[in-house]
Amino acid sequence: MDLFEYQARDLFAKHGVPVLAGEVIDTPEAAREATEKLGGKSVVKAQVKVGGRGKAGGVKLAADPDEAVARATDILGMDIKGHTVHKVMIAELSPEIEAEYYVSYLLDRTNRTFLAMASVQGGMDIEEVAEKTPEALAKVPVNAVDGVDIVKAREIVAQAKFPADVAEGVAEALVTLWDTFVAEDALLVEVNPLVKTKDGRILALDGKVSLDENADFRQPGHEALEDKAAADPLEAAAKAKNLNYVKLDGEVGIIGNGAGLVMSTLDVVAYAGENHGDVKPANFLDIGGGASAEVMANGLEIILGDPDVKSVFVNVFGGITACDEVANGIVQALALLESKGEKVEKPLVVRLDGNNAELGRKILSDANHPLVQRVDTMDGAADKAAELAAAAK
Amino acid sequence: MAIFLTKDSKVIVQGMTGATGMKHTRLMLADGTNIVGGVNPRKAGTSVDFDGTEVPVFGSVKEAMEKTGANVSVLFVPPAFSKAAVVEAIDAEIPLAVVITEGIAVHDSAAFWAYAGAKGNKTRIIGPNCPGLITPGQSNAGIIPGDITKPGRIGLVSKSGTLTYQMMYELRDIGFSSAVGIGGDPVIGTTHIDALAAFEADPETDLIVMIGEIGGDAEERAADFIAKNVTKPVVGYVAGFTAPEGKTMGHAGAIVSGSSGTAQAKKEALEAAGVKVGKTPTETAKLAREILGA
Repeated sequence: MDLFEYQARDLFAKHGVPVLAGEVIDTPEAAREATEKLGGKSVVKAQVKVGGRGKAGGVKLAADPDEAVARATDILGMDIKGHTVHKVMIAELSPEIEAEYYVSYLLDRTNRTFLAMASVQGGMDIEEVAEKTPEALAKVPVNAVDGVDIVKAREIVAQAKFPADVAEGVAEALVTLWDTFVAEDALLVEVNPLVKTKDGRILALDGKVSLDENADFRQPGHEALEDKAAADPLEAAAKAKNLNYVKLDGEVGIIGNGAGLVMSTLDVVAYAGENHGDVKPANFLDIGGGASAEVMANGLEIILGDPDVKSVFVNVFGGITACDEVANGIVQALALLESKGEKVEKPLVVRLDGNNAELGRKILSDANHPLVQRVDTMDGAADKAAELAAAAK
Repeated sequence: MAIFLTKDSKVIVQGMTGATGMKHTRLMLADGTNIVGGVNPRKAGTSVDFDGTEVPVFGSVKEAMEKTGANVSVLFVPPAFSKAAVVEAIDAEIPLAVVITEGIAVHDSAAFWAYAGAKGNKTRIIGPNCPGLITPGQSNAGIIPGDITKPGRIGLVSKSGTLTYQMMYELRDIGFSSAVGIGGDPVIGTTHIDALAAFEADPETDLIVMIGEIGGDAEERAADFIAKNVTKPVVGYVAGFTAPEGKTMGHAGAIVSGSSGTAQAKKEALEAAGVKVGKTPTETAKLAREILGA
């Protein structure tokens, strides 16, 4: 889960990373009081989870509270690269800046360890720095057991060649940033820029944090950081039912078991769609291993509730999951929706293989629902589902 | 011969007495796995009856190893307790730990991986978030259904459980030496490369099927390894061509970040290494058949 800047700022502050004061607001008028609290001047910063907001006009200085209200009025509702601004942060004005740096910690999947990255060329896109002047970006592996203490932080600072006058201050900031990374179960903590001010302070002026949702069980505070307003309503409904769902922009609804098989199903449907009016998968939905009839029914209800869906492909290879459970789930879901008075008009193509496949196929044959058809190979079923979606488009 | 797991493997189950552990211990026993014990400190000294097979419960991995000579542990421990359980397995120096658990926090898996390294890598870790591995006709350590296929001469390594089953089903008439599900998390123990090297060295494997998916660069590195070190034919499949950037597709590790981790890049890397890559699982199986002349 990626956080907004103001949420990152709050977490940094909590763990002792030096930051400026800031307050998030969602109405222009609130900018007045927030700016008054900061002594009458502020920076109005759009809160969007995308880079390049400064260039897009999403960061403005305000010399007095009236101007802060005016700038907040301009920025709230602004579209930045497809992201609508719903919140702005009213931040303390930075003291005069002498230098901008970059520091981060992230997971290095390739080496199965953590990585510290640091550069004295901050304030710009770090991927650009990495590409154009890779020697200016120090990458220092951090062992997950050993972590970052002041000695390790000094090593990172030395490798990135920070000037002597800021070395100790940056090292101290790196230790607190590591504390943030570990204590919050983050996958990424990034400060860009980390600045040296004319009065000699080291400050984190902007930052990014991405959190590991697998750690939610020990991070009770993280749920509140979710941007529920931005979530797709279907994704939110699926999440409420503990389903692993991602909305896509095609027409063929997909349900399968196991992340790999579902990803593969999306691909196979997209290939089949090339022959059928270029229809594409409408979603990713993994009902997981050992799914019950109820889970299957929940999934089907989400998919059938998506107005973009023109046909549905249920692709199950029963390993742990039993195909008779899946078949029962389909039959139950259709009956349930019809009993609620909802008209189900979308055709379903079902492919069942593996554990109890014969039983599952028989359940579907016996139910003999007019909208359900069985195709017993994955490629053949994908083709049929694409064909039906194209016909209904 | 097979890789990592044979009929001589003596298997213990950490988390055997939980619901998932019970269910799969029963299934593993039915597949002929030599399960010599379970581990649960609160139930040490008791035993569990699985359809007539009494399996003793030990207080620790170390005790189980001392009393039974166990050399494989399969873990069905909930995510919150997995790190401690894997660390226990590493401390006991069990040669193979198969971590089935899904949903382990990355800081935990990175920590037990680093810990295994610090202890000299005496324990091979498979997973987490994996279906385990099976050597058909000999032993099954995990949740792969044992009745899909029979012993044969194809080796399979895959990030995905269900795609493993699908591929075993497609090629069920030929059979498999071993099939290894390495898991879909960002940090995993055994990699494609480890399994490729083992299959290359296994005289009972004639062809290797390698299944990858979006995220990370494991497939690209495997391609490089194949080009340099693998003489046996390799057939590949990659899932996730249609996955959008920045969205996690079910597996915690299955995410395209910017331009990295795409299925297209993985496919191209594998093909450049001489791997025949199928567009669908069925086509991939067909490529394997053509090579084997079966």
